[in-house]
Amino acid sequence: MSIPNDIQITADIVANHGLSSDEYEKIKQLIGREPNFTELGIFSAMWNEHCSYKSSKKWLKTLPTTGTRVIQGPGENAGVVDIGDGQAVVFKMESHNHPSFIEPYQGAATGVGGILRDIFTMGARPIAAMNALRFGAPDHEKTRHLVSGVVAGVGGYGNSFGVPTVGGEVEFDARYNGNILVNAFAAGLADTNAIFYSKAEGVGLPVVYLGAKTGRDGVGGATMASAEFGDDIEEKRPTVQVGDPFTEKRLLEACLELMATGAVIAIQDMGAAGLTCSAVEMGAKGGLGIELDLDKVPVREEAMTPYEMMLSESQERMLMVLSPDKEAEARAVFEKWELDFATVGRTTDDLRFRILWHGDEVANLPIRELGDEAPEYDREWVTPPAPAPLGDIPRMDVGEAVLKLLSSHRFASRRWVYEQYDTLIGGNSLQTPGGDAGVVRVAGHPTKALAFSADVTPRYCEADPFEGGKQAVAECWRNLTSTGADPLAATDNLNFGNPQRPEIMGQLVKAIEGIGEACRELEFPIVSGNVSLYNETNGRAILPTPTIGGVGLLPDHANMARIGFAAKNQPILLVGAPAAWGKHLGQSAYMKDLFERSEGAPPPVDLQHERRTGDFVRSLIRSGMASAVHDLSDGGLAIGLAEMALASGIGAEITALEGCDPVEVFFGEDQGRYLVTLSVDPQDEALDKLWQDAEEAGIFAPWIGTTGGTDLTLGAAAPLAIEDLRHSHEEWFPRFMSN
Amino acid sequence: MKSAVVVFPGLNRDRDMLAALESIGGIPPVTVWHKETGLPDVDLVVIPGGFSYGDYLRAGAIAARSPIMQAIREKADQGTRVLGVCNGFQILTEAGLLPGVLMRNASLRFVCKTVRLKVENADTAFTRGYSAGQIIDCPVAHHDGNYFADSDTLDRVEGNGQVAFRYAEGTNPNGSLNDIAGVFNEAKNVLGLMPHPENLIEAAHGGSDGRALFAAALDQVA
Repeated sequence: MSIPNDIQITADIVANHGLSSDEYEKIKQLIGREPNFTELGIFSAMWNEHCSYKSSKKWLKTLPTTGTRVIQGPGENAGVVDIGDGQAVVFKMESHNHPSFIEPYQGAATGVGGILRDIFTMGARPIAAMNALRFGAPDHEKTRHLVSGVVAGVGGYGNSFGVPTVGGEVEFDARYNGNILVNAFAAGLADTNAIFYSKAEGVGLPVVYLGAKTGRDGVGGATMASAEFGDDIEEKRPTVQVGDPFTEKRLLEACLELMATGAVIAIQDMGAAGLTCSAVEMGAKGGLGIELDLDKVPVREEAMTPYEMMLSESQERMLMVLSPDKEAEARAVFEKWELDFATVGRTTDDLRFRILWHGDEVANLPIRELGDEAPEYDREWVTPPAPAPLGDIPRMDVGEAVLKLLSSHRFASRRWVYEQYDTLIGGNSLQTPGGDAGVVRVAGHPTKALAFSADVTPRYCEADPFEGGKQAVAECWRNLTSTGADPLAATDNLNFGNPQRPEIMGQLVKAIEGIGEACRELEFPIVSGNVSLYNETNGRAILPTPTIGGVGLLPDHANMARIGFAAKNQPILLVGAPAAWGKHLGQSAYMKDLFERSEGAPPPVDLQHERRTGDFVRSLIRSGMASAVHDLSDGGLAIGLAEMALASGIGAEITALEGCDPVEVFFGEDQGRYLVTLSVDPQDEALDKLWQDAEEAGIFAPWIGTTGGTDLTLGAAAPLAIEDLRHSHEEWFPRFMSN
Repeated sequence: MKSAVVVFPGLNRDRDMLAALESIGGIPPVTVWHKETGLPDVDLVVIPGGFSYGDYLRAGAIAARSPIMQAIREKADQGTRVLGVCNGFQILTEAGLLPGVLMRNASLRFVCKTVRLKVENADTAFTRGYSAGQIIDCPVAHHDGNYFADSDTLDRVEGNGQVAFRYAEGTNPNGSLNDIAGVFNEAKNVLGLMPHPENLIEAAHGGSDGRALFAAALDQVA
């Protein structure tokens, strides 16, 4: 079925490569002739949305990406942030949405593999992973199959590779019925003087291929990931890659061993668009040409064409430019780990990307233009319409509402999911899933630890992308703060529908504006990220889902906060509360999940208040006064309190707030709030001092109740036994998956 | 006491094990690559957890045929202590150094959580830091930990005091026969267990119930 390289390129062939006729004209202008089939494939791989960011670039440029600790912002395999003592944290989040819908196990597994490779390509040993997963409605016919496959795939790859999965999200909404989201995050540790980049330097140096052999899997994957789905989705299965975590683990060890020898000049992993993308990046960034001889590429299938080899997305492969005097040493490292090592080309000074095969030149393209001259669009967009105003608030008994919410798909325990992930490997996990953020010790340092959280509330983003974008950043920052960490920087994974529709483009533009504003105000720069567009099936888009993955630094993990109530008879403060404790029910889980109503504006985020409140909470944690901390988000005060009680088995009694609506108080989703319990006697004057400090900082921190007993009593509502809460909370997921 | 950690490609809890042995024994262990044919002069040989050879074919099956295994077998015959944790346990059963096999978890899913273990035999070089019947916490993280042996073997293992640990209080995470979490060879100088005591040795891990196992194996207890 091989297609000859000199085939006449027709309009149909161009369209099948996801290129518009304008884009094809641009290609012809650039190279001054018709491209051949392999060249067309190379252009389609470089110019698709996934690799070129052609719809989003204009807006991504507006994000803050620098800061005193930022060593490397967007544009490399991952962001790099200084954590002191000569070390850096290297991290990124990336989507594998389309492949995971087509083949959930392999799609999710290779998503994890891809992000881990991005991390160790930079010289960092991965120390933590997270996964933000979004599935369709629980009762949709495909959902259970997808949950089962994706979770097994995430675990299957990460567990075998050997990285602890310490956090993430799992959510359900009918808007993801035809397009699930798998956003994989990974972070690693590196020495600041041993970070590796993709920029090649030096002419005539060997370009070396490392890792697994090249097969036909994933040919055209990046192009597939940049298209909408229709009913022919099943036909796309062959474009999904197959993961081999065993090879990736050996590749990690071999790469780190090789980097330590000083042999590596430049390195780039082969991810989307494989050999094409990695070679072009290395050459274009270094101002060099690259010549590849495909007869030298290790292959595992017979009669592969140049087109297939250039577009293969076979996993666990790397491309390096090596120092020529160290080639033998490098080969020995790879032979020890039983991995392929082949010199497949060289760097040149002519800025051309040349591909040789069976003695013929099968492609000869200008290397810079493949990347830099990729089309960049200023797509038409419209401001998304304001949500309908919030109508009457339906009533429900507070206790009944809490039990219903805890046993709903949104708030049910994710134990069924995270027990399939190795959360402990490495021996440095201080907080595993179930809290506000995952926390991992910095091995070798006596006190430091890193905190990780991934967040977004898509229904807020749908109602108001600007406020929703702000809120995603603020919630992530808040979750890191809740452990006592200083938030350092973030990575963004922007999942949206078809950008050629102005209303979708409007969501993207407004969400990026909101993210940018929050990141600036909170000094929380974006250092890496990924954009996933065309998440639509038959014209219906997903909820706008800009996932924010954040990293924070704890100077001393002895002063780290957890969410479980620490002891009985401790005062509970609601730090950052409005006068009525809670008010905002627009877009709340109370309205959405109990009454299927989704009107009203989402809760606004006052970023200056957010920052003041977070800094205040962090100071309480550092001083040792705070014994437990939990940020309030989805579900409001009632759910936050229930989660703190469930994490410890200790109950609490909350004062009834006179003259206020208990539904607003307990289920309002007002932002910038934390529940903090104190290890001080309520009579102690330290408490007065705390309130004085709070007042000076412009923060309201009312004492709302006291821990103790085995019930959770919310104001005037009947007490809820923690055992009943636990039953509600733990029951939903296993029952759903066993149906 | 001196110890060695054997590393096969695909193992991934080697770093956890090296850290635990050094922290408890005070001496960094020697690392031995699986292609070597001899072992240094040590008193304890440890095969840590992970996915040697990706668990392809069968967990532990390929590693059990590596060159180093002959040296481990000889050391074990001479009475040297040999400990296999998780994949290390699977490798030791595949190599015939321990009775029984480890099948896929009954749930067919990977499981990572903290379980309760009952110390069944506290009269060995590995378990003397515990008391018989003591209940301890210990994390597990595995996909193939479902212990199985035919009924004759099982009778022999039970009759000889070869059961080291049992999952207790209803926490059997994988369907193991008789709740078996760890077994000895007949001479009790070889121990294999699915749980990871190396991940529960200090306050930062949320407990240190795993410490006594290494302290005993490294002769750090009276």
